[in-house]
Amino acid sequence: MTPDLSPVWISLETSVTATAITLVLGTAVAVWRANRRGAGPAILDGFFLLPLVLPPTVVGFLLLLVFGRNGPIGRLLLHFGETVVFSWPATVIAAAVVSFPLMYLSARAALEQVDPHFLQAARTLGASEWRVFRRVALPLAWPGILAGTILAFGRALGEFGATLMLAGSIPGRTQTIPLAIYFAVESGDNQQAILWSLIDISISVAMVAGMYYWTHLQNAPRARLARR
Amino acid sequence: MALEIQIEKHLGSFALDARFSCGDGPLAVLGASGAGKTMTLRCIAGLEHPDRGQIILNGHALFDSSKGVDLPSRKRRIGFVFQNYALFPHLSVAENVAFGLGSAADSERSLRVGRQLAQMHVEQLAKRFPRDLSGGEQQRVALARALAIEPEALLLDEPLAALDTHLRSQIEAQLAETLGQFRGPALFVTHNVEEAYRIAENFVVLSKGRVAASGPKEEIFRRPPSLEVALLTGLKNFSRARAISPLRVEAIDWNCTLDVAEPLAAPAAYVGIRAHHVDFLEAGPGNAADTNTFPCWLERASETPFRITLYLRLHTAPGTDESAHHLQAEVFKEKWLRFKDRPQPWHVRLAPESILLMRE
Repeated sequence: MTPDLSPVWISLETSVTATAITLVLGTAVAVWRANRRGAGPAILDGFFLLPLVLPPTVVGFLLLLVFGRNGPIGRLLLHFGETVVFSWPATVIAAAVVSFPLMYLSARAALEQVDPHFLQAARTLGASEWRVFRRVALPLAWPGILAGTILAFGRALGEFGATLMLAGSIPGRTQTIPLAIYFAVESGDNQQAILWSLIDISISVAMVAGMYYWTHLQNAPRARLARR
Repeated sequence: MALEIQIEKHLGSFALDARFSCGDGPLAVLGASGAGKTMTLRCIAGLEHPDRGQIILNGHALFDSSKGVDLPSRKRRIGFVFQNYALFPHLSVAENVAFGLGSAADSERSLRVGRQLAQMHVEQLAKRFPRDLSGGEQQRVALARALAIEPEALLLDEPLAALDTHLRSQIEAQLAETLGQFRGPALFVTHNVEEAYRIAENFVVLSKGRVAASGPKEEIFRRPPSLEVALLTGLKNFSRARAISPLRVEAIDWNCTLDVAEPLAAPAAYVGIRAHHVDFLEAGPGNAADTNTFPCWLERASETPFRITLYLRLHTAPGTDESAHHLQAEVFKEKWLRFKDRPQPWHVRLAPESILLMRE
C-alpha cells in the first residue's frame, strides 16, 4: 500500500502559514515595543512570552477556552457559522501562538540593535516613519528577523501539545507529523514512526541549512564591516 | 536673522537654556563636552524636543511651544551631518545621496545625485558602499546627502572628530569651503577652538547649557567676557583681581599690581594674559619705572618643535617656599636661545594692552 503522506503536507502547510503570521505579527509588535519604555509594555511582554514558558498543554487548554463554543472568539465565529476547534485553522493557531515568542524576541533584539542614528538620519532626510522602517530599520534588522523566522518555523513544525488540545488528531485534516508519530508509536507501528521521524528530520535540516546559507550570503558584507 | 533659537530643556540635572541667533554662513558652536552643544543641534533638527521656547528658521516656526508648533524632522528641511556620519551601510553611496529625493522622478534623481557627488568631488565613489570609504570620503558623502535635500540650514555635529589627525587639515579645508558656499545658516559643533577659528567667522560658546559668549570670533578672543570663555580660547594665565584705581588692579594670585588699559568691570573679577603675550626683556631689568615689569625665575620648561613653554615664578627664587609657577610663557626657540643662558632672574613685562579683564 502507498503510505498516507497527508501529515507531511498538513505539517508543512501549517508551519509555513503559522510562520508567515508570526513573522508579520511578531515584527509588528517588536516595532511597537522597540520605542517604548515603562511598566505597561513590560507587563505586556510577560504576556507575549507566556507561550514560551507555559507547558504546551496549558497553552492548548487556554486556546480551547478562547476558541471553544463557549469562548469569546468561538461564540463570535459561531455567529458566522464557523467552528475553529478540530479544524485545520486550529493547527495554524496553535503553531502560531507557541512560535510567536521566538519571533517576537528575535525581531525585537534585531530592531533594538539598529543604530538610532541611521533612523534619525533618515528622518532628517524627509522620510516618513513607514519609509524609515521599510528602507532603513527593516533591512538593517533583517538578519536577526530571519534568524527568528527559522526558530519560529522550527517551533511550529515541532508543535504537539497545544495542537492536540485545540485541533485534535484527525487523519487527513489536523494530524501533523508529530501527532502521527505519537499515534503510530501508541498503536505499536514503529516502522511508520521511524518513517515520519526521518521525514521530519529531513525537512528540518533542509529548512534550517537553507535559511542559514541564505542569511550568510546576505550577511557577508556586514560581517566584513564588523571585522574592520 | 536666518535662524533664531530660544529653547529650554531639562534632562535630569542638566538644564539647557540656549538663546542665540545667526545669519547665513558658518557658525561654530563651541563648548566643553556636556555643555549642551549636540543637544542644541538635535533640538534644531527636531531629533529632540525642547520643553519650551522657539526655533525660527527664515521666518517659519519649526518649534514654538506657545503655539504648540513642533514640526517633525522630516518637514524641517535641515541637513544634518552626524558625528559618525550615519551613512546607511546597506545602500551604495549614490543610493545614500538619493535617499532624501524620494518623490523626484528617476531621471531627475540621478541627475541631482550626480551633481551633488560631483560638487563634493566623490562622483567616482557612486557605486561603492560606506564600509569601503575612508573617513574623509564618508564625511563628504554625508555632506552630499545632507545637501541633496536643498536644506535651509546645515547642522554638523563634530564633523572632524572621527578623522585621523594626518588627514584632518586637508578635509578641514574642504569642509570650510563647502560651508562657505552654503547659502544659509551652517552650524557646526566642535570643542576644538583652533578648528572653529579657521572655519567660522562667528562663535557661540556654550557652558553648562547656557550661552557664555557669542559674536565675531576676533571679539571673543580679544575680549572674552568670562574666565570660562577665556580658558576655552586657550588662556593659560589668570589671577583673581581687585581694582585699586580705575586703571590699576591688584593681581592677587601673582602678588603684584598691574596697570591696565581699561577699567575693571565687576567686583569679582580676573585678569589674565595669553602665554605668547608674556614679553621677555632681553636687555635686562632696564628702567625700574617700566610698568608691569617683574623679575622671574624659571621653574621648568617644556619643548615643542618650534616653541618652548616656560613655567615662571615671579618675585622670588623658587624652592624657598611651596613651589608653584605663576605664569606660562610661550616663546619661539630662536628667542629662547638668545636669553636662556643669562643669569636669573629674568624680567618679564605684562603689557597693559595685552591684559584681559574678565568676570567670574
